[in-house]
Amino acid sequence: MSERQGVEMQNAECKMQKEILHSASPDVAGPFLHFAFCICFSAAGAEMTAIEPTHEDHHAPHPFLQHHFEDLGQQHEASTLGMWMFLATEILFFGGVLCAYFVYRGMYHDAWKAGSHHQNWMIGTGNTAVLIGSSLTMALAVWAAQLGRRKLTVIMLTLTLILGSVFLGVKMYEYSEHIHEGLFPGKHFTFVEHNNPALTPGVQLYMTFYFALTGLHALHMVIGAGLLIWMIWRAWAGHFGPEYYGPVEVMGLYWHFVDIVWIFLFPLLYLV
Amino acid sequence: MRSDFPLFPEQASTVAPYVDALYLFLVGITGLVSLLIWIAVFYFAIKYRRRPENELAEEIEPPQMLEIAWTVIPAIIFVGIFVAGAWVYFHINRVPDDALDIYATGRQWMWKFQHPSGQREINTLHVPVNRPIRITMASEDVIHSLWFPVFRVKADVLPNRYRTMWFEATKTGRFHIFCAEYCGTQHSGMIGWVEVMEPTAYQRWLAGGAEGSLASQGEKLFQKYACHTCHTNEATGRGPILAGLYGKQIQLTNNSRVLADDNYLRESILNPQAKIAAGFQPIMPTFQGQVNEEELIKLLAYIRSMPAAAPVVAPPTASAGPAATQNKGTVQ
Amino acid sequence: MTPSTLHDVRFIEPEKTRNYLNEDYGVFSWLLTKDHKRIGILYLLSVTLLFFVGGFFAFMLRLELLTPEGDLLTSDTYNKFFTLHGIVMIFFFLIPAIPAALGNFILPLMLGAKDLAFPKINLLSWYIYMTGAIFGIYVIVTGGVDTGWTFYTPFSTQYSNTHVFATTLGAFITGFSSILTGLNFIVTIHRMRAPGLTWFRLPLFVWSMYATSLVMLLATPVLAITLFLLMLERTLGVGIFDPALGGDPVLYQHLFWFYSHPAVYIMILPAMAVISECVAAFTRKKIFGYKFVAFASLAIAFLGFLVWAHHMFVAGISVYSAMIFSFLTMLVAVPSAIKVFNWTATMYRASVSWQTPMLYVMGFIGLFTIGGVTGLFLGAMGVDVHVHDSYFVVAHFHYIMVGGTVMGYLAGIHYWWPKITGRMYPEWWARLSALLIFVGFNLTFFPQFLVGYVGMPRRYHAYAPEFQVLNVLSTAGATVLAAGYILPMFYLFWSLWYGRKAGSNPWGAVGLEWATSSPPPKENFHVTPVVTWDAYDYPAFLKAMRETQNV
Repeated sequence: MSERQGVEMQNAECKMQKEILHSASPDVAGPFLHFAFCICFSAAGAEMTAIEPTHEDHHAPHPFLQHHFEDLGQQHEASTLGMWMFLATEILFFGGVLCAYFVYRGMYHDAWKAGSHHQNWMIGTGNTAVLIGSSLTMALAVWAAQLGRRKLTVIMLTLTLILGSVFLGVKMYEYSEHIHEGLFPGKHFTFVEHNNPALTPGVQLYMTFYFALTGLHALHMVIGAGLLIWMIWRAWAGHFGPEYYGPVEVMGLYWHFVDIVWIFLFPLLYLV
Repeated sequence: MRSDFPLFPEQASTVAPYVDALYLFLVGITGLVSLLIWIAVFYFAIKYRRRPENELAEEIEPPQMLEIAWTVIPAIIFVGIFVAGAWVYFHINRVPDDALDIYATGRQWMWKFQHPSGQREINTLHVPVNRPIRITMASEDVIHSLWFPVFRVKADVLPNRYRTMWFEATKTGRFHIFCAEYCGTQHSGMIGWVEVMEPTAYQRWLAGGAEGSLASQGEKLFQKYACHTCHTNEATGRGPILAGLYGKQIQLTNNSRVLADDNYLRESILNPQAKIAAGFQPIMPTFQGQVNEEELIKLLAYIRSMPAAAPVVAPPTASAGPAATQNKGTVQ
Repeated sequence: MTPSTLHDVRFIEPEKTRNYLNEDYGVFSWLLTKDHKRIGILYLLSVTLLFFVGGFFAFMLRLELLTPEGDLLTSDTYNKFFTLHGIVMIFFFLIPAIPAALGNFILPLMLGAKDLAFPKINLLSWYIYMTGAIFGIYVIVTGGVDTGWTFYTPFSTQYSNTHVFATTLGAFITGFSSILTGLNFIVTIHRMRAPGLTWFRLPLFVWSMYATSLVMLLATPVLAITLFLLMLERTLGVGIFDPALGGDPVLYQHLFWFYSHPAVYIMILPAMAVISECVAAFTRKKIFGYKFVAFASLAIAFLGFLVWAHHMFVAGISVYSAMIFSFLTMLVAVPSAIKVFNWTATMYRASVSWQTPMLYVMGFIGLFTIGGVTGLFLGAMGVDVHVHDSYFVVAHFHYIMVGGTVMGYLAGIHYWWPKITGRMYPEWWARLSALLIFVGFNLTFFPQFLVGYVGMPRRYHAYAPEFQVLNVLSTAGATVLAAGYILPMFYLFWSLWYGRKAGSNPWGAVGLEWATSSPPPKENFHVTPVVTWDAYDYPAFLKAMRETQNV
């Protein structure tokens, strides 16, 4: 016990040092503080050989606090920042294809027009509405998790999952229609609508981008749906509450991002 | 004169001295700076090597001015290098007006050259000395790159697109041609020789057995593919009049304008629906797969050779457009 | 001289019996570890293995080039070997080498953190990397790929009949490992710093790693998507980049270099990171112009995104866009120059040790300077037209990547070897190997500048006879270089058992990684350190250390 108190004292001392330091110019205080630091550490080290304290000894840790974080706040900040960084990567991921999309849109303007006119914009609009709805329920789920309302969280997450599945179902229907019409790029590609064979290569490129972009988006949706199922289970098990709701929030960030991608894709592929 | 162990390539074109001057200038200035850095590193390493008396290094407050100086001065030098590089680059890219046209086609793994007078050669290129040469080139398959080391010029050769490069040889002799862009198994075999000849020798060489000039061969193809049935010399034709078309601005159906250069003519033969001249219908079939690269070059040479003055269409900018619209809608 | 009076002073923590290496035993304790140090070791082993695979191909290429005729390898094999050499070295060695192996190990220690922010993702990165590498190995074993590491279309999509799909898939997968490592580092640097460790107290290693991670995070997805489109084109036969079907092969080059130029900075920035650490430690000085060096890293990362088309001056871009990219290329050279000047100035009136890592530092400064200034030749458009795709370019980027990155990597390995293993490497053998590498490297690559300007194109299996003398020199150098690279394998391995025990701080270096025992305990520090000093505050640090000794 006494050793542990020793450790705590060391910590307190370190904190004091830190405070002193912040007020003093490091150039002036440097040597002195180095000295203090070294002593502090060697003393601590000597005591440390006797015991092997682990972090959990300091205070009763939260069950979901990972060992390498100081506290839940740091863990939460890290995971949120991590997701933002991931989304930055995603923006460039979709950005790369969109860049190629715009280049060819400029080159094959007429074919692009023909291709996007061929899409059923009513289905697209409906699907957009479904997805925006799912963003709303996702936001509500985060809110509910934050308040620690277990049932509401589960309901909202499940609604999000259902709406997401509806979107994917509709997308599947659209895909099957396209494939049925022979619009899947490749050897068997046919586009008869305009009766203008010159447009075919352009329309095929358009359809390639259509499938690539919506396919990547759908892949993100499927991954999101998998994560949602996991979140529903965790929410059901009562893991979340006012002090620990990071996973739901991070999940929400991801889900909103996937929706926003669609908000860009929809006009680019269906309307213009 | 070539030694067995050259450390510097021969200078055999008008741009080569510029490129070499810039290169040697760069060698000089960067060599000097590098040398100073190395000397400093070794001098410091020896002079201030760790000895008991200097175990604790002296602390020096870095002067801000020094930092600023070695940020700003290199920046100025670098911008200077950029300007010089850009100047030479413009020189390399600006084709003189009186250049002699030669066509090159790259394919796995050979270079094919066609001269306006009709000569064809593979992996060898004969050119006259002291005369600007413009090479118009395209690839039949993958990307190649035509490099004349002694002329210090190089350009990638792209499939489905014409690019041009030029040089003016200043020395007669036999020099390397290399493919510089990796293009498959026999990439290192895609090499050849450029023979730079005295103008008289070149004329003699040209006189030796050709099947007629490129333009005349193109004219035959023009007949063979029945181009002349639509592209007549009269405004009533179903296609635009081609005489005098080359190098003019053309009005398109979507109101934009395009320059009738090699790439536009090429596209109009292979993918005629892409850019339709105003006043004509998109009725021309594609010749993709029927006309090969060499034939395309002949056709282009023919189109370029058509005299502008002959037909009645007065304003050349409008080419055949307005005249044709008055006459009949069924045109291309 | 080597073991200075400061050597082996265990002033901060006494030797521990328990450390990350003997905490658990067994294969699974390694394969399922979430400890950044063990993951660092896993990376170290895998990148070293792949370095020698890539090195084997390089050596075969040099042997073939001993004579002008293509006599040792067939042209097909030669093409596959240079492709595999490039792919293995770039995607599986240079990119992960310093960040994922050394960075993984050292970064949390430098920050005073217990681990990276996302240990599971860190382990996942390694598995992703290995999956990519297995695709690479599969390709090597089943017949290779011959597109060049650049996968230029339409050759890669329509003409090559080798394993293009499996290779690009491998590179695609490995990209995600790099993205996740970058993400992990950024979050760790933002959120896991020890109390008192403000941004301007961070070692320059961390600044450089931060810049590297940004590039990894923002450039790699573009490579991923480019390779994805390429695979789509190759499997479905759609013409995204195929001119015959309406696509544009030059667009592929734009997208490819949008990643692959910044990727150069993914490779060199970490080496600069190591060099900054070593310069300070082996001259016992504060880095000259700390803030300039720190911001230079960020400037390189930022400007690195804006120069990709300087790879395409002869590829058919317009004269005006070429001018813009050339200008920006000149600008990106400025921060690199700043770094070199500051490192050199750090040695002024210093206490310069001639231990192995410092030898590598001096080698790095010399070689990176050559590599950097020859980059100016390539950025100057008029000269680039001539030397583009020649051996001049080959020499230039090997000076950066081998003379720069590999020298930095070896400096780092030797510098942190006592921390990683708890043992010292044998100093004289290490110096010998550093010397061999320096001499061998210059002999290999300097002649290539000359032969390139004379006119030898790169990726040539057979070449004109007048290029032979320089090629023979180059191959001779490669032999010395190979010996220099193999030597450390033996003495480092030897040192694991017979090396002198290192103690926690054998160099008398500052930096939090030296404030814990060697090898460090599983949780890195027994007490979270509190930082009260600027990075590289050597004079104060050493004085304090002396006084502790006297106490």
